[in-house]
Amino acid sequence: MSDLPGDLLYTKEHEWLRKEEDGSVTVGITDHAQAALGDLVYVELPEIDQEVELNGEMAVVESVKAASDVYAPIAGTVVAVNDALADDPETINSDPYGEGWIVRLQPVDDADESDLMSPDAYQELLDELED
Amino acid sequence: MGSKTPLYDKHVEAGARVVDFGGWDMPLHYGSQKEEHHAVRTRAGVFDVSHMTIVDLTGDRTREYLQHLVANDVAKLKESGKALYTCMLNENGGVIDDLIIYYFDETHYRLVVNAATREKDLAWIREQAEPFDISVKERAELAMLAVQGPDARELAAPCVDAEYREQALALKPFTGMQAGGVFVARTGYTGEDGWELLMPASGAAKTWDRLLAAGVQPCGLGARDTLRLEAAMNLYGSDMDETISPLEAGLGWTVAWEPADRNFIGRAALEAQREAGGLRRFVGLLLEDRGVLRNHQKVVVEGKGEGEITSGGFSPTIGRSIALARVPAGDYDRAQVEVRGKLLNVRVVKTPFVRNGKIRIETGEG
Repeated sequence: MSDLPGDLLYTKEHEWLRKEEDGSVTVGITDHAQAALGDLVYVELPEIDQEVELNGEMAVVESVKAASDVYAPIAGTVVAVNDALADDPETINSDPYGEGWIVRLQPVDDADESDLMSPDAYQELLDELED
Repeated sequence: MGSKTPLYDKHVEAGARVVDFGGWDMPLHYGSQKEEHHAVRTRAGVFDVSHMTIVDLTGDRTREYLQHLVANDVAKLKESGKALYTCMLNENGGVIDDLIIYYFDETHYRLVVNAATREKDLAWIREQAEPFDISVKERAELAMLAVQGPDARELAAPCVDAEYREQALALKPFTGMQAGGVFVARTGYTGEDGWELLMPASGAAKTWDRLLAAGVQPCGLGARDTLRLEAAMNLYGSDMDETISPLEAGLGWTVAWEPADRNFIGRAALEAQREAGGLRRFVGLLLEDRGVLRNHQKVVVEGKGEGEITSGGFSPTIGRSIALARVPAGDYDRAQVEVRGKLLNVRVVKTPFVRNGKIRIETGEG
C-alpha cells in the first residue's frame, strides 16, 4: 500500500491537506481513515468564515459504526465546505483524496506547519500501525 | 489475541475486518457494512455466530428448574423444537442475560446465551441448578451460522440432509429440529425470515463455503447490529443489564405473570415495580433533523424529564438515524436528543422500524 498521493501533506490524525495556488488549503481524511470508519452516513461541516485553531475540532464524520472528529491540521478560516457531502457522505469512502474533500481553509499568517508529514513520513506511520 | 471460531480462517479469506467482541476475534464487515445489511433485507446473508454459548440441560426436573430460572414460562413450550425468548433475572429483577430456550422434551432443553456474558451466565445457571439435580453441559464443540433474509431458507436448504429438507423448510417461525447432523431453527436476530444452523465445528467451513457459493452474502457484526436495531431487538449490555428491569427495556411481553404461583427469580421485585408504577418507557426514536443518534445521548422530553438512548445508529433501510431509548413515563410523541451540545428533534415511534424488508414506521416522506 504505497499509493498515497505525493502532492499532499498528512497528519497523525489521518487527515490530508493540499496547498492550493490561491494560498488556501483543502482538507480531507485519508484512505486509511475512511477504511477504518467504514461506510460514512453523515458529515457535520463548519460554517463559512468560522475560525479554527490548530488541532481544533473542525468537522465530524459519522459512519455506520461511530462518530469521529476531524481536526484542523492548520489554523485558519473556513472559506469553503463540501456541501455535496450532505447528500452523499459516502463520497469520502469512494474518493477520499478527490471528490471527498471536506473543508477549505485560508491559513493564518505564519501558520504552524511543523507537525505536517510528507507522504513518506505518513506511510511510515501507516506501516507502524500495520505491525 | 482473542478466541477464534471454527470459521476464523474463512472470514480472513473473505476479506473481513476483524475486531474484538467479548474476547472473540470476529468479523465486523467484509468491505461494506451497508451492502451486507441490504443483502439480508433483500436476498440472504450469513453470520458466523459460533461465539454464542450453547448449553444443554437434562434431568427429570429440568422443566421445573427453568420455570424457576427464567421470567418467561417454559410451560408454553408444548411442541418439540419450539423456542422461547426470555430473560434470566436476578433477585432485584435486573437482567442477567436474555436467551433463547429450545424445548426437546420435559427433561431436555437447550439454551443459547450471549457470548460476552458466558462466564457469569454459566456460573449462575450452574448455581441455580444444584437443588434440581440438573446436568448443565456447554456445547462448545458446536458452530452456529445464522442465514437470514427472504431467500435464506431456500438457499440454505441444500446444507440440510436431503431426507430432512422438506421437513426443515416446513418449520414454523421460532421452531427448530434436529435434521441429521444439523440442528435447524427458524430463528434469527435481523427481523427477516431465515434459519440458524447449529452443527459440529468440523462441518462449519464446508457449510460456509456452500452458502457463499450459492450467493449468500457473508455478513459481519456491524450489519448484525444495524439489522437488529431496525427490527427493534434488544442488545444485552446496551438496552438492558443487571440494573435494568425487563419492564423498562421493552421486554414486559416476555414476563409470564401467570400462573401467579410460579415463583421465578426476580418475580417479587417485578411485582413491586409494577405496583409502584411510573415505569420508564422504552421506545423507538426517529431523527427528524440531520445527524446520527448514538448510544448514551441524552433524550430531553419537555415537561417530563430526561432519558437516554440505549442503542442508536443509522438505519440503512430507512436512510435516517433511529434509536431505542429509555425515557420518562407519560404520553408524548416528540422529544429532543442532545448531540454535541445541540438539541435535535426526534419523533417517538412504534417499533419495529423495519420488518421483513418493509419500513414499518411513518417516516413523513412520500
